[in-house]
Amino acid sequence: MARIECPECHYVIETTGIVTVCPECKADMTKAMEEAGRVERRVRGSIAKDDSVTTHEFIVRTKGLKKIYRMGEVEVPALRGVDLDIRRGEYLSIMGPSGSGKSTLFNMVGGLDKPSEGTCFIEEVDMAQLDAFELAWLRCRKIGYIFQSFNLIPVMTALENVTLPMIFAGMSTDEMMERGRMLLELVGLGGRLHHKPFELSGGQQQRVAVARALANSPAIILADEPTGNLDLQTGKEIIDLLKELNAESGVTIISATHDLKMIDASDRIVHIRDGEIERIELRSELDLQIGHLAGAEGG
Amino acid sequence: MIDAKRLAKAATATAVEGVHIQRQITLPWKDAARISIRNVTLRLGRAAITGAGVVLGIAFLMSVWTGKVVTEGLEREQAKSAFSITQVGEGETAPGLEEMKQEKQSRAARQAWLVVMSLLVCGVGITNSMLMSVTERFREIGTMKCLGALDSFIVRLFLIESVVLGFLGSVVGALLGHVIMLIVFMIREGASVAAKMNWLHMGEYFVLAIGLGCVLAFVAAVAPAVRAAQMPPAAALATEV
Repeated sequence: MARIECPECHYVIETTGIVTVCPECKADMTKAMEEAGRVERRVRGSIAKDDSVTTHEFIVRTKGLKKIYRMGEVEVPALRGVDLDIRRGEYLSIMGPSGSGKSTLFNMVGGLDKPSEGTCFIEEVDMAQLDAFELAWLRCRKIGYIFQSFNLIPVMTALENVTLPMIFAGMSTDEMMERGRMLLELVGLGGRLHHKPFELSGGQQQRVAVARALANSPAIILADEPTGNLDLQTGKEIIDLLKELNAESGVTIISATHDLKMIDASDRIVHIRDGEIERIELRSELDLQIGHLAGAEGG
Repeated sequence: MIDAKRLAKAATATAVEGVHIQRQITLPWKDAARISIRNVTLRLGRAAITGAGVVLGIAFLMSVWTGKVVTEGLEREQAKSAFSITQVGEGETAPGLEEMKQEKQSRAARQAWLVVMSLLVCGVGITNSMLMSVTERFREIGTMKCLGALDSFIVRLFLIESVVLGFLGSVVGALLGHVIMLIVFMIREGASVAAKMNWLHMGEYFVLAIGLGCVLAFVAAVAPAVRAAQMPPAAALATEV
């Protein structure tokens, strides 16, 4: 970690690698960083050729993200220009009523769909410039997905579901089996390795999905309504699991939800309404507000 | 029950390290075959429908070919006996031979037409069945793409599945068509037809029929498989079946 001061506004950021733009005043900070000896030049969108570590403060950034769906003759805007910066290691919740565009945003960030306008960067790499191979690699190795309806492959056992992304990543069979077994044991399903999804309860299926999302040690976990199909208790277990993962391993968690339990776990909550960011709350502020309200009532 | 601390440790590797975009993604044939065969054995109902298309098409083809081989055997036998009884001169038999030749040709043409039509119908049937089978699995395809599957992996899985079904279906179909036709001829012409026919020739037709069944299943599956693979994952995941 290096502390770098912005030459314009003297905002100090703590970074493990490269941020070339000051997050406060958007001034170019390349020079300050070169001085700090931490710059690595890299062409945007191209494949990193060396193995040197490149890290950015923001793992995901979106700029003017728009998505328009065409329903016959009518154009339905799902996103109307979203600018969102997501920090590395952050637990971010995207909240909003259904139809607000949160799932659409989730799909863009996860590289599952292409925006109509605007750009989405992962680690400063423009996703629109990635070819099919690079996109598949990104989905396989760097992003773990968790869905509302679990989306396990029904004909495969729990273990096979967890090892599938490892097959794509080219892991050897022995290594794969060992890691798959370990991950399932760690989510508390050590005794259900060879059960098919329909032989497992909802909470168990979602835990298999969490283990699968972790298969290739991703940098980002994207969870689309992970508690939507679960009862209160099981939902809470999954949230606790995600929170702990976030705290312990520093994996960035982005979760689309309208589950209020999520608020407690997240660092920031992005409220989306009608395809636009309505407001962004920090959890610390939220606590303050709740405390204030409670105080007002008491007084 | 959940060991989140150790789980987190297991997940740490790239979370701190960052993202380097690379492009190495694999699906070895061994694993692809395993997954495809699993799909055939576990979705027996759907597989049976696709397979039935091949079975019927190839059974028809094989019955036509069996009929051909048996008739050829009978004719050869007749010609042999006719030749031994009446030693006729060249000039006298010429018009008879000419007639037989013509009739043979028109019969061959009729048979070819039937075979082509039946294979076409069979091909359309398999395509339709594969299309259904693909549509049922849109969500699964979307999930696989989220996990890092390339379009070509999806195509590969469906093609292997279809060829496996095509092979099994055409083996069953070939046996079925052959046995039924042979029984019909045995009832009509006596049990000796089996001895009179050219079994080597029959064997060749067997191999040809099975090969044709596989090719048919392969070709029929290409369009549905490609269509499925090219869907963007978000759209594939959003489909309700």
